[in-house]
Amino acid sequence: MNLYKNIRNDKLAALSFSVILVIVAAGLFAPLFAPHDPNEVQMELRYASPSWGYLLGNDHLGRCILSRLIYGIRPSVLWVFVALVISVVLGGGLGLIAGYFRGKTDAVIMRICDVMLSFPGYVMSLAVIGILGAGLTNVLIAFVLMKWAWFARVIRTSVLQYAESDYIKFSKALGFGNFRIIVKQLLPVSLPDIAVTSSSAFGAMILQISGFSFLGLGIEAPHAEWGMMLNEAREVMFTRPELMLAPGLAIVVIVTAVNFLSDGLQVALDPKLIVSKPKLQRQEIPSAVERKGEEVA
Amino acid sequence: MLIVEGVEKSYKKSGIFSRERTRVLEDISFECKAGECLGIIGESGSGKSTLGRLLLGIEKPDRGTVSFEGRSITERRARRGGVSAVFQDYTSSLHPFYTVEQALLEPLKLTDMKLKDMRKKVDLLLTQVGLDAAYRKKYPHELSGGEAQRVCIARAVSTEPRWILLDEAVSSLDGSVQLQVLELLKNLREIYGMSYIFITHDIQAAAYICDRLILIRSGRIDEIVPIERLKDVQSAYARDLLRMMIT
Repeated sequence: MNLYKNIRNDKLAALSFSVILVIVAAGLFAPLFAPHDPNEVQMELRYASPSWGYLLGNDHLGRCILSRLIYGIRPSVLWVFVALVISVVLGGGLGLIAGYFRGKTDAVIMRICDVMLSFPGYVMSLAVIGILGAGLTNVLIAFVLMKWAWFARVIRTSVLQYAESDYIKFSKALGFGNFRIIVKQLLPVSLPDIAVTSSSAFGAMILQISGFSFLGLGIEAPHAEWGMMLNEAREVMFTRPELMLAPGLAIVVIVTAVNFLSDGLQVALDPKLIVSKPKLQRQEIPSAVERKGEEVA
Repeated sequence: MLIVEGVEKSYKKSGIFSRERTRVLEDISFECKAGECLGIIGESGSGKSTLGRLLLGIEKPDRGTVSFEGRSITERRARRGGVSAVFQDYTSSLHPFYTVEQALLEPLKLTDMKLKDMRKKVDLLLTQVGLDAAYRKKYPHELSGGEAQRVCIARAVSTEPRWILLDEAVSSLDGSVQLQVLELLKNLREIYGMSYIFITHDIQAAAYICDRLILIRSGRIDEIVPIERLKDVQSAYARDLLRMMIT
């Protein structure tokens, strides 16, 4: 568990990792964490201020904001993550193949990517949603369809620089299979690049899905989603700005945590970037001081 | 053992619509016998590294064949564990994320050795190339050039191949280290009885270790000489090379 140890040594990465872990756990076990039913309407509690019963107050229908925030983790974070993983695996796999085999394989995959990337992302997603209909699943399908080409592109470029190196040549000469070389040798070196690109895409996707929900194309009405919560709070933006604060901050926190974690991952995955054995250095200093003392004596 | 017959290779000139091709190798034929050390000498751009890639079977010749013990070298199974290589650039020869131990274990996975035996073998290999077990946990960026090249050599001999391609294996090391590594290669050859194909531009290093030299010039074989008769080579190019070495 070298990776785990490296992450633990990096305070910022460790903090981000715990934040993400807590958020994911809260989302997975939402019924346990949420104090109230997120869809329970109580008109007498409209725009109520925070109280002990409702820690973050109530929205325009008197629903518990905290509960809605916790239930909102599922579409806003977990499902976005699923869509991200699918597109990274798809795009990353094709990118690795294109970068490793080059030649015709590369040309074919990259031309397909060019076609996909020539459509503006938002418009294409809107078109896909228009065809399939509004709803979370369709938004996620649109994301996967739009994002894989971008990942394939970026990862191919990253792979190209390693695919020609001598250790790959050595493995080829020795008679290792192509699949094995890709998985065992190429994948680890391109993993830091994959981590960084996918984390930045994760932030963008959370914001986009919030954007679609904001437009009313994402998740359907009663269900909680952070973007939709922002949209609902928009009507009272000036009279009760704190209603925007909760979902807004939640988005900021998760996106920041993911970005910091990916920075930490990049360092933790690369042996060259790890400052080796800081403890040893600390031990060396007092011994040097002692030696000085001896000389004086 | 390794037979090269009428090999030709050309590459497309840059540009998608260009149909012109530059010919890199032309009509190369020679044979490397078991246990022999064969030097391939030529200046930069003479096509010797391309020849190296063809010999390793990671690229296919346009015409002609390279066969290894009767089978085409481009067949992956034919060279599995029987062929190995050491390259010039020791910084990119080792996987940056693998420790020395992992790098040495990797080729051993082609053999059907048990993990315990593999670890013993790693220790043996490290001592054979003049390093010790303390290097096992080091990463390539923590090694010096000579050490890294030694690890590469240990990795190359680990599967006990029948022949090893040494592509400018000592060229990027400095004088004294170069000699040490050449000495090491000589000793290893005695231990394992393998053949070497030693590609270099340095006729001195080649003369030190090889039994026979092939002189390559602009993609063609200029001359093949046994090392004893090196001083009475015929071709003008070889004479030039020798003269430069003496002065």
